[in-house]
Amino acid sequence: MLKDLITPQTANVFLGKLGDILEQAIGKPLGYAINWGRLWSLWPVHIETACCSVEFGAASGPRYDVERFGIIEAFGSLRQCDLVVVQGTITRKMAPRLRLVYDQMPEPKYVIAMGACAITGGLYFDSYNVLPGIDGILPVDVYVPGCPPRPETLIQGCILLQEKIKRMKARKIV
Amino acid sequence: MSTEKDSEQQEAPAAEKKQVPAKLDEQLPKFEKDLADKVVAKFGEKTEVAFVKPDRIRINVKKDNIKEVAEFIRDDLGFDHAESVSGVDYPEDKEIEVVYHLGSYTDPQLSKQILTLATRAPREDDPKPGNDSTHLPSLREIFYSVEFHERECFEMLGVYFDGHPDNRRLLLPEDWADLPPLRKDFSIKGR
Amino acid sequence: MTTQLPPGLSLEKVDEKIMTLNVGPQHPGSGHMRLIIQVDGDYIVACDPDPGYVHRGEEKMAEYRNYILNIPHLERPIIHDSCNILYPYCLAVEEILGLEVPERAKYMRVIASELNRCVYIQYWLGIYGIFLGHSTMFMWPMGDRELLIDLLEKMTGARVTHSYFIPGGVRNDLPANFEDVCLRQVNYFEKRIKEYADIFYDNPILIHRTEKTGILSREDAIRLGTTGSVLRASGVDFDVRKKEPYDVYEELDVHSNVLKEGDSLARSKIPWLDMLESCNIIRQALEKMPKSGSIRKKLKPNPRGGDMSVYKRVESGRGSLGCYIVSKNKPEPYRLKLSVPSFRNLIALPYLLKGEKLGNMPAVYWSLNYWPVEADR
Repeated sequence: MLKDLITPQTANVFLGKLGDILEQAIGKPLGYAINWGRLWSLWPVHIETACCSVEFGAASGPRYDVERFGIIEAFGSLRQCDLVVVQGTITRKMAPRLRLVYDQMPEPKYVIAMGACAITGGLYFDSYNVLPGIDGILPVDVYVPGCPPRPETLIQGCILLQEKIKRMKARKIV
Repeated sequence: MSTEKDSEQQEAPAAEKKQVPAKLDEQLPKFEKDLADKVVAKFGEKTEVAFVKPDRIRINVKKDNIKEVAEFIRDDLGFDHAESVSGVDYPEDKEIEVVYHLGSYTDPQLSKQILTLATRAPREDDPKPGNDSTHLPSLREIFYSVEFHERECFEMLGVYFDGHPDNRRLLLPEDWADLPPLRKDFSIKGR
Repeated sequence: MTTQLPPGLSLEKVDEKIMTLNVGPQHPGSGHMRLIIQVDGDYIVACDPDPGYVHRGEEKMAEYRNYILNIPHLERPIIHDSCNILYPYCLAVEEILGLEVPERAKYMRVIASELNRCVYIQYWLGIYGIFLGHSTMFMWPMGDRELLIDLLEKMTGARVTHSYFIPGGVRNDLPANFEDVCLRQVNYFEKRIKEYADIFYDNPILIHRTEKTGILSREDAIRLGTTGSVLRASGVDFDVRKKEPYDVYEELDVHSNVLKEGDSLARSKIPWLDMLESCNIIRQALEKMPKSGSIRKKLKPNPRGGDMSVYKRVESGRGSLGCYIVSKNKPEPYRLKLSVPSFRNLIALPYLLKGEKLGNMPAVYWSLNYWPVEADR
């Protein structure tokens, strides 16, 4: 009977249905496992945008050692990264490049806005070349305030992001 | 020339405060005075010594003479590199001043000194960088180190340097179509 | 056969042998700037640096803020060397406003400035290690750097952005017992960095990657107007602290380090030697500093300067850093220009990379002691 039902024309529909049923059945436990895997291996992109990168560097240094929280040192290849830490001021020249970097990364991807400049423009609120925050170009998950934030604050921001990932749906419904 | 205006302005509000040039004339530092005198002796009317302070000399030149004066400063006085090139906008004089700070690495006597060479270019209210009358001769052939500084000056104030091989944009975004930002009539947000 | 192109379009002539590479702004070996590099096989033919990704218009903003409000944003271009970038600004404003700095404040400035120089160089050294693929060289300086950051935090109250120097002195007094703690920490720090000679500068990884790469001759270093470690690695003895002493450097015994090789190895050694020298200077300053006294001149609110222009320079962690202020009898500067060493050294980069192997690019680039945020201002 099943053979009669599944024809080449309807195979796609059935496969999709099957996927839905599977997701309903094991989505939740599987999603938990997937998220668990994701949140302990966040790979930040190696993109510095301004002076907050000094404190980002200090956070990966031996005293603060952000690696023990599951955030690995900044990495070169975009295709293996899932976290953008926007380290400070975004200028008008940098903004298209930042968006380009974000677009090239695979889903799921998360954004941390680090420093006052990335949040609102900070000290440079009236400069002619600085964007007033990055909300206009990237969807931000966690804001880390400070000018620049201390490494502890950055680590706290990363932990907040991990808390958020725990509660996220594993598969984003587009 | 506009420096005369400067000195007039200086006398009016700040005369009682300090630094009346005539009074300090006897106490002028000797070494710096000699250097300035050398330039004046060579070029006479073409140059004007704006001030001589300890370790600092400032010479104002018209834009037609700047190349020969700079060559003289390099070859005969021994200044060999430019520390900075900064443009200053004077809208009320309708002029843009470009200031070269020259220093010396090779001559140990001159290592303390900074010679300031200033010249002025005409300024237009509606600037089209590169296509208007705001031109200056480039000093790149004389002081190689001014290359990036002059590029910066071109985009920030719209002063085109004739003879510079590379008058391109340096710091501003590629799509910048506004006034050059360091002009006084370009105002920033909310000010 | 020629193809008809639509008007306004033209085909660029492309040399088959030459390939254009785009390094940055997202690249582990570039930082916040872009290098457009043309390579022939493995060798670099031309390099066109494209800075400006962090151009924030500091100089324009300075024209709208008075002399005190300018302090916080002027130190942001190089926050891990923030004392040294404020130093020429404060010297220039002091000359404009006619302020005399108390003796004790001068020594405190020297101590803060030298500590900050070490903090900067340690960060630079750490990142240089990453560029060379030498992780230990990242971890060691980054860890030792925190010692001095602790000292500076005790002294100024902030981790990196101190805003410690103000026209007329420094912002706050030293905490109790600071001299002893400082001396102890600096002695320990010096002992630590002396070990770098064995760990890094005798290390085949560093030597093979930096020796005889990017050689800058003495004549070219002068002609290109480079400064700081780049200049001194090429055999020119020029240190502003020694040649044009500001504040109390005249009374201290400053030794400037010069090497003759002019390659990347020499350029990476000079900052390390500078750190050892800084430890000496700090010890001298701690000894000679008056134990009590005022630390700053009282400033009127909104102080006005006369009609004058001032150019001051100091030796920062990267080289001579100049500040040119035109004052026009207003509370704000009429024009403020920072002549930063990173921007001045950038001109040497296309020159050094020509004919170099592409793999040597990061080693040469970061040996210039370049910090993009500072160069862009």
